[in-house]
Amino acid sequence: MPNDPTQTALPRLDPRDWDSHPSYLYPGYRSTAKRGPTQPLIPLKASLGELRQPVYGHDCIGEFDHDLTRNARRNGEPLGERMILTGQVLDERRRPVAGTLVEIWQANASGRYVHKVDQHDAPLDPNFLGAGRCMTDSEGRYRFLTIKPGAYPWGNHPNAWRPQHIHVSLFGQHFASRLVTQMYFPGDPLMQYDPMVTGTPEKYRNRLVADFTLDVTEPDYALGYQFDIVLRGADETPFENR
Amino acid sequence: MMSALETNFGQTPSQTVGPYFAYGLTATQYGYDFDQPFDAVLALDGASGERIRLEGRVIDGDGNTVFDALVEISQPDGQGRYPASVDEARAIGFRAFGRCGTGTDAQHRFVFHTVKPGAESPGEAPHVNVIVTMRGLLLHVFTRVYFDDEADANARDPVLASVPAARSPTLIARRVEEGGAVRYRFDIRMQGADETVFFDV
Repeated sequence: MPNDPTQTALPRLDPRDWDSHPSYLYPGYRSTAKRGPTQPLIPLKASLGELRQPVYGHDCIGEFDHDLTRNARRNGEPLGERMILTGQVLDERRRPVAGTLVEIWQANASGRYVHKVDQHDAPLDPNFLGAGRCMTDSEGRYRFLTIKPGAYPWGNHPNAWRPQHIHVSLFGQHFASRLVTQMYFPGDPLMQYDPMVTGTPEKYRNRLVADFTLDVTEPDYALGYQFDIVLRGADETPFENR
Repeated sequence: MMSALETNFGQTPSQTVGPYFAYGLTATQYGYDFDQPFDAVLALDGASGERIRLEGRVIDGDGNTVFDALVEISQPDGQGRYPASVDEARAIGFRAFGRCGTGTDAQHRFVFHTVKPGAESPGEAPHVNVIVTMRGLLLHVFTRVYFDDEADANARDPVLASVPAARSPTLIARRVEEGGAVRYRFDIRMQGADETVFFDV
Protein backbone atom coordinates (compact mmCIF):
# COMPACT_ATOMS: atom_id res chain seq x y z
CA MET A 1 0.00 0.00 0.00
CA PRO A 2 1.33 3.45 -0.76
CA ASN A 3 2.31 5.34 2.32
CA ASP A 4 -0.19 7.92 3.34
CA PRO A 5 1.17 10.46 5.80
CA THR A 6 -2.34 11.29 6.96
CA GLN A 7 -2.87 7.78 8.27
CA THR A 8 -0.02 7.46 10.71
CA ALA A 9 1.25 9.61 13.52
CA LEU A 10 4.64 10.33 12.06
CA PRO A 11 7.76 10.90 14.04
CA ARG A 12 9.27 14.30 13.47
CA LEU A 13 13.02 14.32 13.20
CA ASP A 14 14.96 16.71 15.36
CA PRO A 15 16.81 19.23 13.22
CA ARG A 16 20.44 18.86 12.45
CA ASP A 17 22.29 20.80 15.13
CA TRP A 18 24.33 22.92 12.79
CA ASP A 19 26.46 24.33 15.60
CA SER A 20 27.85 20.87 16.33
CA HIS A 21 29.04 20.16 12.82
CA PRO A 22 31.85 21.52 10.67
CA SER A 23 30.86 23.93 7.91
CA TYR A 24 31.09 22.96 4.25
CA LEU A 25 33.85 25.41 3.43
CA TYR A 26 36.86 25.48 5.70
CA PRO A 27 40.02 27.05 4.29
CA GLY A 28 42.31 24.91 6.46
CA TYR A 29 41.05 21.79 4.70
CA ARG A 30 41.94 22.52 1.11
CA SER A 31 39.67 20.01 -0.59
CA THR A 32 36.60 21.80 0.74
CA ALA A 33 37.27 24.81 -1.51
CA LYS A 34 36.00 23.18 -4.70
CA ARG A 35 33.67 20.60 -3.21
CA GLY A 36 31.65 22.27 -0.48
CA PRO A 37 28.32 23.78 -1.55
CA THR A 38 28.26 27.57 -1.62
CA GLN A 39 24.51 28.22 -1.81
CA PRO A 40 22.35 28.11 1.31
CA LEU A 41 20.58 24.81 1.87
CA ILE A 42 16.85 24.77 1.18
CA PRO A 43 14.84 23.71 4.24
CA LEU A 44 12.95 20.49 3.64
CA LYS A 45 10.50 19.27 6.22
CA ALA A 46 11.24 15.61 6.57
CA SER A 47 8.59 13.46 4.96
CA LEU A 48 8.25 9.73 5.07
CA GLY A 49 10.96 9.21 2.50
CA GLU A 50 13.50 11.00 4.59
CA LEU A 51 12.44 9.07 7.64
CA ARG A 52 13.08 5.66 6.17
CA GLN A 53 16.33 4.01 6.94
CA PRO A 54 17.52 1.23 4.67
CA VAL A 55 16.39 -2.24 5.62
CA TYR A 56 19.01 -4.85 6.32
CA GLY A 57 19.14 -7.97 8.38
CA HIS A 58 21.61 -9.66 10.63
CA ASP A 59 22.47 -11.82 7.64
CA CYS A 60 24.56 -8.96 6.22
CA ILE A 61 26.95 -9.32 9.16
CA GLY A 62 29.51 -12.09 8.82
CA GLU A 63 30.87 -14.00 11.79
CA PHE A 64 34.14 -12.03 11.97
CA ASP A 65 32.97 -8.73 10.50
CA HIS A 66 33.29 -7.09 13.93
CA ASP A 67 36.77 -8.53 14.48
CA LEU A 68 39.33 -6.80 12.28
CA THR A 69 42.13 -8.82 13.86
CA ARG A 70 40.58 -11.90 12.29
CA ASN A 71 38.52 -10.96 9.25
CA ALA A 72 41.43 -10.68 6.82
CA ARG A 73 44.01 -13.14 8.12
CA ARG A 74 46.19 -14.80 5.49
CA ASN A 75 49.05 -16.42 7.34
CA GLY A 76 48.97 -15.06 10.86
CA GLU A 77 47.80 -12.28 13.11
CA PRO A 78 47.98 -8.63 12.09
CA LEU A 79 50.77 -6.56 13.65
CA GLY A 80 50.12 -3.74 16.06
CA GLU A 81 48.41 -2.96 19.30
CA ARG A 82 45.13 -4.83 19.74
CA MET A 83 42.27 -2.63 20.87
CA ILE A 84 38.58 -2.86 21.57
CA LEU A 85 36.34 -0.10 20.24
CA THR A 86 32.94 -0.09 21.84
CA GLY A 87 30.22 2.33 22.73
CA GLN A 88 26.57 3.15 22.68
CA VAL A 89 24.61 4.81 19.92
CA LEU A 90 22.00 7.17 21.35
CA ASP A 91 19.59 9.70 19.97
CA GLU A 92 19.36 13.21 21.32
CA ARG A 93 16.79 12.14 23.86
CA ARG A 94 19.34 9.68 25.22
CA ARG A 95 17.41 6.71 23.91
CA PRO A 96 19.52 3.82 22.63
CA VAL A 97 19.41 3.30 18.88
CA ALA A 98 19.07 -0.45 18.48
CA GLY A 99 19.70 -2.38 15.29
CA THR A 100 21.72 0.29 13.54
CA LEU A 101 24.47 -0.74 11.19
CA VAL A 102 27.90 0.55 12.22
CA GLU A 103 30.58 0.35 9.54
CA ILE A 104 34.23 1.23 10.22
CA TRP A 105 37.41 1.49 8.21
CA GLN A 106 40.92 2.54 9.18
CA ALA A 107 44.64 2.46 8.45
CA ASN A 108 46.81 -0.36 9.75
CA ALA A 109 49.27 -0.03 12.62
CA SER A 110 51.83 1.55 10.28
CA GLY A 111 49.44 4.23 9.09
CA ARG A 112 48.79 2.64 5.72
CA TYR A 113 45.39 2.04 4.13
CA VAL A 114 44.72 -0.97 1.96
CA HIS A 115 43.05 1.43 -0.50
CA LYS A 116 44.72 1.35 -3.91
CA VAL A 117 45.23 5.11 -4.06
CA ASP A 118 47.05 5.28 -0.70
CA GLN A 119 50.70 5.67 -1.70
CA HIS A 120 52.11 6.38 1.75
CA ASP A 121 55.46 4.63 2.06
CA ALA A 122 54.57 2.43 5.01
CA PRO A 123 54.07 -1.32 4.86
CA LEU A 124 50.79 -3.04 4.21
CA ASP A 125 49.94 -5.85 6.56
CA PRO A 126 48.94 -9.01 4.71
CA ASN A 127 46.74 -10.00 7.63
CA PHE A 128 44.84 -6.76 8.02
CA LEU A 129 42.21 -5.18 5.82
CA GLY A 130 40.97 -2.51 8.20
CA ALA A 131 37.25 -2.76 7.50
CA GLY A 132 34.47 -4.06 9.71
CA ARG A 133 30.82 -3.80 10.51
CA CYS A 134 28.37 -4.75 13.21
CA MET A 135 24.89 -3.94 14.38
CA THR A 136 23.94 -2.29 17.64
CA ASP A 137 22.18 -4.46 20.19
CA SER A 138 18.97 -3.66 22.04
CA GLU A 139 20.89 -1.20 24.23
CA GLY A 140 22.37 0.53 21.21
CA ARG A 141 25.80 -0.95 21.91
CA TYR A 142 28.37 -1.94 19.33
CA ARG A 143 31.77 -3.56 19.74
CA PHE A 144 34.79 -4.07 17.49
CA LEU A 145 38.12 -5.74 18.05
CA THR A 146 40.83 -4.16 15.94
CA ILE A 147 44.39 -2.85 15.75
CA LYS A 148 45.19 0.70 16.79
CA PRO A 149 45.68 2.64 13.54
CA GLY A 150 48.88 4.57 12.91
CA ALA A 151 49.14 8.27 12.05
CA TYR A 152 50.02 9.08 8.46
CA PRO A 153 51.11 12.04 6.36
CA TRP A 154 48.88 13.68 3.76
CA GLY A 155 49.21 16.45 1.23
CA ASN A 156 46.96 19.13 2.67
CA HIS A 157 49.81 21.39 3.79
CA PRO A 158 53.55 21.00 4.46
CA ASN A 159 54.26 18.31 7.04
CA ALA A 160 50.59 17.49 7.47
CA TRP A 161 49.79 14.35 9.47
CA ARG A 162 46.42 12.88 10.25
CA PRO A 163 45.98 12.00 13.91
CA GLN A 164 45.26 8.35 14.58
CA HIS A 165 41.60 7.79 13.82
CA ILE A 166 38.93 5.29 12.84
CA HIS A 167 36.22 6.18 10.32
CA VAL A 168 32.68 5.36 11.42
CA SER A 169 29.50 5.31 9.33
CA LEU A 170 25.98 4.94 10.74
CA PHE A 171 22.38 5.29 9.64
CA GLY A 172 20.48 5.47 12.89
CA GLN A 173 16.74 5.19 12.66
CA HIS A 174 16.21 7.46 9.68
CA PHE A 175 17.67 8.19 6.29
CA ALA A 176 18.19 11.75 7.49
CA SER A 177 19.99 10.74 10.69
CA ARG A 178 22.86 9.41 8.56
CA LEU A 179 26.23 10.16 10.11
CA VAL A 180 29.75 9.66 8.83
CA THR A 181 32.38 10.63 11.35
CA GLN A 182 35.81 9.78 12.73
CA MET A 183 36.83 8.82 16.26
CA TYR A 184 40.13 10.05 17.66
CA PHE A 185 42.28 8.90 20.56
CA PRO A 186 42.66 10.79 23.83
CA GLY A 187 45.74 12.98 24.13
CA ASP A 188 46.78 12.76 20.49
CA PRO A 189 49.07 15.78 19.92
CA LEU A 190 48.32 15.78 16.19
CA MET A 191 44.69 16.76 16.67
CA GLN A 192 45.51 20.43 17.20
CA TYR A 193 47.10 20.62 13.73
CA ASP A 194 44.46 18.62 11.87
CA PRO A 195 42.02 20.67 9.79
CA MET A 196 39.26 18.07 10.03
CA VAL A 197 39.43 18.46 13.79
CA THR A 198 39.94 22.22 13.80
CA GLY A 199 37.19 22.61 11.20
CA THR A 200 34.83 21.25 13.85
CA PRO A 201 33.48 23.85 16.26
CA GLU A 202 35.88 23.88 19.21
CA LYS A 203 33.20 23.42 21.83
CA TYR A 204 32.14 20.09 20.33
CA ARG A 205 35.45 18.57 19.25
CA ASN A 206 35.70 16.50 22.39
CA ARG A 207 32.68 14.49 21.23
CA LEU A 208 34.99 13.01 18.61
CA VAL A 209 37.49 11.73 21.17
CA ALA A 210 37.05 8.28 22.69
CA ASP A 211 37.83 7.55 26.34
CA PHE A 212 40.50 5.05 27.20
CA THR A 213 39.02 2.87 29.91
CA LEU A 214 40.19 -0.07 31.95
CA ASP A 215 36.56 -1.18 32.20
CA VAL A 216 36.68 -2.14 28.54
CA THR A 217 40.32 -3.21 28.48
CA GLU A 218 40.76 -6.97 28.51
CA PRO A 219 43.64 -8.10 30.75
CA ASP A 220 46.63 -9.52 28.87
CA TYR A 221 44.83 -9.01 25.58
CA ALA A 222 43.62 -5.63 24.31
CA LEU A 223 43.28 -1.98 25.34
CA GLY A 224 39.74 -0.66 25.59
CA TYR A 225 38.29 2.54 24.14
CA GLN A 226 34.77 3.79 24.57
CA PHE A 227 33.22 5.95 21.85
CA ASP A 228 29.57 6.85 22.27
CA ILE A 229 27.74 8.37 19.34
CA VAL A 230 24.72 10.68 19.39
CA LEU A 231 22.43 10.86 16.36
CA ARG A 232 19.49 13.00 15.50
CA GLY A 233 16.35 11.60 17.07
CA ALA A 234 12.64 11.75 16.51
CA ASP A 235 9.89 12.89 18.81
CA GLU A 236 8.25 9.48 19.03
CA THR A 237 9.05 5.88 18.37
CA PRO A 238 9.20 5.35 14.64
CA PHE A 239 7.58 2.47 12.84
CA GLU A 240 9.07 -0.97 13.20
CA ASN A 241 11.76 -1.53 10.68
CA ARG A 242 12.81 -5.13 10.77
CA MET B 1 28.81 7.35 29.09
CA MET B 2 31.92 8.71 27.43
CA SER B 3 33.28 11.62 29.48
CA ALA B 4 32.83 14.26 26.76
CA LEU B 5 29.14 13.48 26.50
CA GLU B 6 28.60 13.55 30.25
CA THR B 7 29.33 17.26 30.28
CA ASN B 8 28.68 18.12 26.65
CA PHE B 9 25.84 15.94 25.41
CA GLY B 10 24.64 16.39 21.85
CA GLN B 11 24.99 15.32 18.25
CA THR B 12 28.29 13.76 17.32
CA PRO B 13 29.95 16.06 14.78
CA SER B 14 30.24 14.85 11.22
CA GLN B 15 33.68 14.28 9.67
CA THR B 16 34.63 13.68 6.07
CA VAL B 17 34.34 10.20 4.62
CA GLY B 18 37.84 10.83 3.22
CA PRO B 19 39.46 9.29 0.17
CA TYR B 20 39.76 5.72 1.45
CA PHE B 21 36.21 4.55 2.13
CA ALA B 22 36.10 2.15 -0.83
CA TYR B 23 37.24 -1.04 0.89
CA GLY B 24 35.08 -0.30 3.92
CA LEU B 25 31.75 0.76 2.44
CA THR B 26 31.86 -0.47 -1.18
CA ALA B 27 34.38 -3.30 -1.02
CA THR B 28 32.83 -5.58 -3.62
CA GLN B 29 32.29 -2.79 -6.11
CA TYR B 30 35.96 -1.84 -5.89
CA GLY B 31 37.25 -5.40 -5.94
CA TYR B 32 38.39 -5.75 -2.34
CA ASP B 33 38.06 -9.03 -0.53
CA PHE B 34 35.18 -8.01 1.73
CA ASP B 35 31.47 -7.81 1.08
CA GLN B 36 29.12 -4.86 1.33
CA PRO B 37 25.58 -4.67 2.69
CA PHE B 38 24.27 -2.35 -0.04
CA ASP B 39 25.19 -1.97 -3.67
CA ALA B 40 24.00 -0.22 -6.80
CA VAL B 41 21.24 -2.71 -7.56
CA LEU B 42 17.90 -1.78 -5.97
CA ALA B 43 15.55 -3.64 -8.29
CA LEU B 44 15.64 -7.41 -8.13
CA ASP B 45 13.47 -9.89 -10.01
CA GLY B 46 9.85 -8.98 -9.80
CA ALA B 47 10.30 -5.37 -8.78
CA SER B 48 7.29 -3.26 -9.59
CA GLY B 49 7.87 -0.34 -11.93
CA GLU B 50 9.69 0.64 -15.07
CA ARG B 51 13.29 -0.57 -15.08
CA ILE B 52 15.70 2.33 -15.29
CA ARG B 53 19.32 3.18 -14.84
CA LEU B 54 19.89 6.27 -12.77
CA GLU B 55 23.31 7.60 -13.57
CA GLY B 56 25.36 10.75 -13.44
CA ARG B 57 28.51 12.44 -12.36
CA VAL B 58 29.48 14.45 -9.32
CA ILE B 59 31.22 17.61 -10.51
CA ASP B 60 33.41 19.92 -8.45
CA GLY B 61 33.78 23.70 -8.58
CA ASP B 62 36.41 23.48 -11.32
CA GLY B 63 34.14 21.39 -13.52
CA ASN B 64 36.12 18.22 -12.84
CA THR B 65 34.35 14.92 -12.34
CA VAL B 66 34.80 13.67 -8.79
CA PHE B 67 36.25 10.17 -8.82
CA ASP B 68 36.03 9.52 -5.09
CA ALA B 69 32.47 10.40 -4.17
CA LEU B 70 30.01 8.09 -2.44
CA VAL B 71 26.40 8.34 -3.55
CA GLU B 72 23.55 6.72 -1.64
CA ILE B 73 19.93 6.72 -2.74
CA SER B 74 16.62 5.85 -1.14
CA GLN B 75 13.37 5.53 -3.07
CA PRO B 76 10.13 3.55 -3.18
CA ASP B 77 9.26 1.09 -5.91
CA GLY B 78 6.96 1.82 -8.84
CA GLN B 79 3.92 1.64 -6.57
CA GLY B 80 5.34 4.08 -4.05
CA ARG B 81 6.16 1.32 -1.57
CA TYR B 82 9.11 1.05 0.79
CA PRO B 83 9.76 -2.42 2.17
CA ALA B 84 9.60 -2.38 5.96
CA SER B 85 11.84 -5.40 6.40
CA VAL B 86 14.37 -7.56 4.62
CA ASP B 87 11.71 -10.21 4.08
CA GLU B 88 9.38 -7.70 2.50
CA ALA B 89 12.19 -6.38 0.31
CA ARG B 90 12.76 -9.91 -0.89
CA ALA B 91 9.05 -10.46 -1.45
CA ILE B 92 8.57 -7.35 -3.58
CA GLY B 93 11.99 -7.62 -5.23
CA PHE B 94 12.97 -4.15 -4.21
CA ARG B 95 15.58 -2.97 -1.70
CA ALA B 96 14.73 0.75 -1.72
CA PHE B 97 18.32 1.71 -0.85
CA GLY B 98 21.47 1.75 -2.94
CA ARG B 99 25.10 2.74 -2.60
CA CYS B 100 27.65 3.41 -5.32
CA GLY B 101 31.11 4.96 -5.38
CA THR B 102 32.21 6.96 -8.42
CA GLY B 103 35.64 5.33 -8.62
CA THR B 104 35.00 2.24 -10.73
CA ASP B 105 33.12 3.47 -13.80
CA ALA B 106 35.37 4.54 -16.69
CA GLN B 107 33.63 7.92 -16.77
CA HIS B 108 33.48 8.10 -12.98
CA ARG B 109 29.72 8.02 -12.97
CA PHE B 110 27.48 6.55 -10.34
CA VAL B 111 25.12 4.03 -11.94
CA PHE B 112 22.10 2.60 -10.10
CA HIS B 113 19.92 -0.21 -11.41
CA THR B 114 16.47 0.52 -10.13
CA VAL B 115 12.90 1.26 -11.12
CA LYS B 116 11.27 4.59 -11.67
CA PRO B 117 9.69 5.36 -8.30
CA GLY B 118 5.98 5.91 -7.82
CA ALA B 119 4.71 8.86 -5.84
CA GLU B 120 4.87 8.23 -2.10
CA SER B 121 1.72 10.19 -1.41
CA PRO B 122 -0.83 12.12 -3.43
CA GLY B 123 0.46 15.57 -4.29
CA GLU B 124 4.11 14.55 -4.31
CA ALA B 125 5.98 14.02 -7.54
CA PRO B 126 8.00 10.82 -7.88
CA HIS B 127 11.52 11.38 -6.64
CA VAL B 128 14.65 9.72 -5.33
CA ASN B 129 16.38 10.85 -2.12
CA VAL B 130 20.12 11.22 -2.44
CA ILE B 131 23.04 11.49 -0.02
CA VAL B 132 26.39 12.57 -1.44
CA THR B 133 29.62 12.52 0.48
CA MET B 134 33.29 12.64 -0.44
CA ARG B 135 36.75 13.79 0.52
CA GLY B 136 36.46 17.55 0.99
CA LEU B 137 32.95 17.41 2.40
CA LEU B 138 33.04 17.58 6.17
CA LEU B 139 29.31 16.92 6.21
CA HIS B 140 27.30 14.98 3.62
CA VAL B 141 24.68 16.71 1.49
CA PHE B 142 21.09 15.73 0.72
CA THR B 143 19.45 16.28 -2.63
CA ARG B 144 16.58 14.82 -4.66
CA VAL B 145 16.13 13.51 -8.17
CA TYR B 146 12.91 14.37 -9.99
CA PHE B 147 12.05 13.20 -13.52
CA ASP B 148 11.71 15.32 -16.63
CA ASP B 149 8.80 13.29 -17.98
CA GLU B 150 6.71 14.10 -14.90
CA ALA B 151 6.15 17.76 -15.69
CA ASP B 152 2.59 17.88 -14.34
CA ALA B 153 3.44 16.17 -11.06
CA ASN B 154 6.58 18.25 -10.71
CA ALA B 155 4.56 21.44 -11.16
CA ARG B 156 2.43 20.46 -8.16
CA ASP B 157 5.21 19.14 -5.91
CA PRO B 158 5.53 21.22 -2.72
CA VAL B 159 9.26 20.65 -2.34
CA LEU B 160 10.03 21.70 -5.90
CA ALA B 161 7.80 24.69 -5.33
CA SER B 162 9.95 25.69 -2.34
CA VAL B 163 13.04 25.88 -4.54
CA PRO B 164 13.85 29.13 -6.40
CA ALA B 165 12.57 28.62 -9.95
CA ALA B 166 15.94 29.35 -11.48
CA ARG B 167 17.53 26.52 -9.50
CA SER B 168 14.87 23.81 -9.69
CA PRO B 169 16.16 22.45 -13.04
CA THR B 170 19.20 21.18 -11.11
CA LEU B 171 16.88 18.63 -9.50
CA ILE B 172 15.44 17.20 -12.73
CA ALA B 173 16.89 14.06 -14.31
CA ARG B 174 16.81 13.74 -18.09
CA ARG B 175 15.29 10.67 -19.69
CA VAL B 176 17.30 8.91 -22.39
CA GLU B 177 15.93 5.90 -24.26
CA GLU B 178 18.44 3.76 -26.08
CA GLY B 179 18.04 0.28 -27.51
CA GLY B 180 14.99 -0.42 -25.39
CA ALA B 181 16.71 0.62 -22.17
CA VAL B 182 15.77 3.66 -20.14
CA ARG B 183 18.34 5.81 -18.46
CA TYR B 184 17.96 8.98 -16.46
CA ARG B 185 20.92 11.33 -16.37
CA PHE B 186 21.41 13.37 -13.24
CA ASP B 187 24.63 15.26 -12.65
CA ILE B 188 25.36 16.70 -9.22
CA ARG B 189 27.22 19.99 -9.28
CA MET B 190 28.78 20.92 -5.97
CA GLN B 191 29.42 24.54 -6.92
CA GLY B 192 29.09 27.04 -9.74
CA ALA B 193 26.30 28.87 -11.55
CA ASP B 194 24.22 25.70 -11.75
CA GLU B 195 25.08 24.33 -8.31
CA THR B 196 22.67 21.54 -7.44
CA VAL B 197 20.08 22.38 -4.82
CA PHE B 198 20.96 20.75 -1.52
CA PHE B 199 18.43 20.44 1.25
CA ASP B 200 18.48 20.89 4.99
CA VAL B 201 16.55 17.72 5.69
